[in-house]
Formats: sequence, structure tokens, C-alpha cells
Amino acid sequence: MKEALRKNDLSVKPGTTAIYKTGAWRTYKPVVDHEICIGCDMCNKVCPEGICFSAGQKNSKGRIFYDHDLDYCKGCGLCAKECPVKAITMVRDYNKE
Amino acid sequence: MDNFKKEILEGSDAVARVVKNCGVDVVAAYPITPQTHIVEELEKLKAQGDAKYEYLRAESEFAAASIVLGASASGVRTYSATCSQGLLLMTEVLFTIAGLRLPVVITCANRAVSAPINIWNDQQDSLTIRDSGWLMFYAETLQEAVDLHVLAYKLAENLRLPVMVNMDGYILTHSYEPVAIPSEALIKKFLPKYNPIDNQMLTVKNPRSFGCFATPETYMEIRQDLHNDILTAEEEIKKLGAEFKKIFGRSIGQSALIEEYLTKDAETILVAMGSVCGTIKAVIDNLRKSGKKVGLVKIISYRPLPEKELVTALDKAKYVAVVDKSISLGREGILAGNVRKASESKVKAKIQSFVVGLGGRDVSEKMIEKIITLVKEKNNKVTFVGK
Repeated sequence: MKEALRKNDLSVKPGTTAIYKTGAWRTYKPVVDHEICIGCDMCNKVCPEGICFSAGQKNSKGRIFYDHDLDYCKGCGLCAKECPVKAITMVRDYNKE
Repeated sequence: MDNFKKEILEGSDAVARVVKNCGVDVVAAYPITPQTHIVEELEKLKAQGDAKYEYLRAESEFAAASIVLGASASGVRTYSATCSQGLLLMTEVLFTIAGLRLPVVITCANRAVSAPINIWNDQQDSLTIRDSGWLMFYAETLQEAVDLHVLAYKLAENLRLPVMVNMDGYILTHSYEPVAIPSEALIKKFLPKYNPIDNQMLTVKNPRSFGCFATPETYMEIRQDLHNDILTAEEEIKKLGAEFKKIFGRSIGQSALIEEYLTKDAETILVAMGSVCGTIKAVIDNLRKSGKKVGLVKIISYRPLPEKELVTALDKAKYVAVVDKSISLGREGILAGNVRKASESKVKAKIQSFVVGLGGRDVSEKMIEKIITLVKEKNNKVTFVGK
């Protein structure tokens, strides 16, 4: 059950920080070209937020590709910078409304 | 009729006794003049075996406030007292207590703020932390100070908001007056045992975290809720004021919000808080003998500020002088700014700011008479009346 602070309950259960989505802080978001991705796990290794993960699906070349959990991605761009095949592009993420 | 038996008591002594009778569980404080006698007496009552509360002498006011914060979060009734530099040292914790919605009650024995260092009375200390989310009362007499503490606990616990009871340092804390201390049994009729609501208590049976991370998604609404609840406290104070009268046989002002003194036909009305109201009433009584129509609005509840009552009281006045023992430096007396906002476009008279009694300067009847004369000049400036 989603738990959030409100007037009559300003306390929370321990270990529930993940209910707060922090993706709204970013200016750029990473977009993965699933066809280029080779599933090497480099993005996951460098991601400070731990939100790059294997999508568990295969692309047309039969490779398992990666994607991001944008609920928590801060748009730092490290994944795009380190990707050995340049499968990740940082695109503007303004006007998220 | 224990309740009507009056004793001659020192202000600090009286407050300590009523706090004890309110059945507090934890008292934490650090001594500071002119609050010292209050906490000394509480410590004495404990040492003599007359009190059941835990007494902790903290290493600073910051620690004292933190201790009562933690104790209150564990679901017990708490108390602290301080003033001046001590109150300012508590500031960070005061905001946290209000933000956590903990029903802590503290007494502020109002004193001037450094520099230059000054241990005497004015109200700069408490008015400086007016935006922290605490409800704030100001007492005129010892009886009022005593009664406000009883009201404060019930109000705090009903609304889950902290309450600060202000009494002028020395003028009230160190003076002796006849005062009735309500007995424990009588207070119990008004103030039941404190029961925190579910999930709002530190307990190993149901571990919860307090005051943690609120993102931009929720923080603003939480602050707005706090603001709205302070506004609605006005109704609760009125209700509790009436209930208080029924049980204790005396009222706090007319509604525990304000007290009007000869305002009905008054041409000039003074607005003030705290013990200076006694001097003002004496001046009014004298001037009334020579037919001068002067009145007083005494603010008892500064937060929430009783806007409606204030406007009704000031409605027909030609001149309004707000008498402050504090100053928002570079602007005007702090209460004056509040009264002006409350009466904006609702009161005909110009709201004028007069500052008196800073750093313990005695406020004489002559000074009050001077204000009543000066208010007719409709000056835009803040007037310091020191002589």
C-alpha cells in the first residue's frame, strides 16, 4: 500500500523511502535504442541510482536489451557517456506535465 | 472550593505548581534568567518527592527542546521553560516540534535579546519565533498565566499543536500576587490523560519514523495544513475558554482570545499584550474620570490572532495605538504589523505603532498618557516612547 506523509499521519514505516518518486528532479532523460544495445551491463555498473536494468526481452538480433526506471532516474547521463555502443541518448525532459 | 483559595505566590512558583498539577510526565530545561525560578521550583518539587515527573536538566536549551520533542513523540505530556537567548537557541527544534505536530507546552519568561546583553523584560524573544507554527498566549496577571497553562495543555493535545505561554520576565515571574492554583483533581476534570493517536507515537510494538523526508510533492500541503490548523485553533480556544469557565469558575479574558476593556464607546483604543495591560487599564480608569473615552484591547492569543474579535473591537475607534514591547527592526512594532494586516480595509482608524519598555525600561502611566496624546497626530513613523 502506498504510504505518504499527510496531515494526520506524519510518521512512516521504516524502509519506505522508495514510495517517493524522485525522477522529477532531472532535466534530461536517457533513451535506449534497443536495437543497438548489446546487453553488456555497463550502464548498470556506472548508474549512481541503480536504475538501469535488463528488460528481460530480446531485440531482433536476439540480444537481451537494457532499460531505465525513470521514476528515480536523475538524468546524470553517465550511462550514455559510458555505453560502449552509444545506444543511449540523453533527451530533454522538460514539460513533463 | 479549593479552587477559590488564593495564596500569595511568586509568579514562577505559581507556574511550576500548576504545571505539576497538570500531570506532566517529562520536564527538561536549562536555567536562564528570568525563567530560572520556574525550573528551580519544578526541580525542588521533584527532589522533595512531591512530583512524579522525570526531571532532566539539559546541557543547553537546544538539548532541552530536543528532549521534550522526543519524550512527547513517545506519547507523554511534556514541559519546558526558557526565554531570550535560550529560546533563540531552541529555534530549530521549535520548528521541528510544530512540524511534527507534537503537543509540547513551554513557558517563555519574556526577556530582551542580545546584543547588548540585557536580562530584563521585553517581548522580542517570543515574537521573533512567531512564524514557527506554535500557538502563542500572553498573560497579563499571574492568575492568567496559571490558567493559560491549563488551557494550553488541552488545546495542544486536542489540536496536536505546540503551545507557548508567555509571561513578562520579572514583572510576572518575580512578582507576588494572590493566585488560585487549581488542584490536580479539578484539572483532571478539564484535562484528561494524554492519548496520542495511532501511529503518532514512538513505540517498539509499531516502529515508525517521524519527521522524515517530504519531497516537493507533499511538503507544501503539509505546511498549508499546519497554517490552516493554526487559523481554526481560534474556534477551539473559544470553546475551551467556555469549558474552562464552567469548571474553574473564572474566565480568561472574554474568550481566552482577547479582552476588551472599556472599548464600546472609546474614541482612542490601545492594543497591547502582557503585563503592560495592567498599567494601561490604570491610565484608562484615570482618564475616564475626566471624561476621556479611552479603551484597551488586550491580545491574549497572538497565534492565532483573533482577527474577527479585533476588528469588532476596533470598529468604532477614531485612533488606534498598538503598544509593542518588540520591534521588527527597520519596520515597526511586531504586533502593530499584525493588527494592521488584520484590520486592513475593515477599520476606519489608522493603526499606529508605539514601542515601549525595551530591555526592561519601566513603562510608566505618563508614557501611556503620552501615547494617547501622540496617536492623534496620525504619524506614519514608529514612535519609541522611552520617557
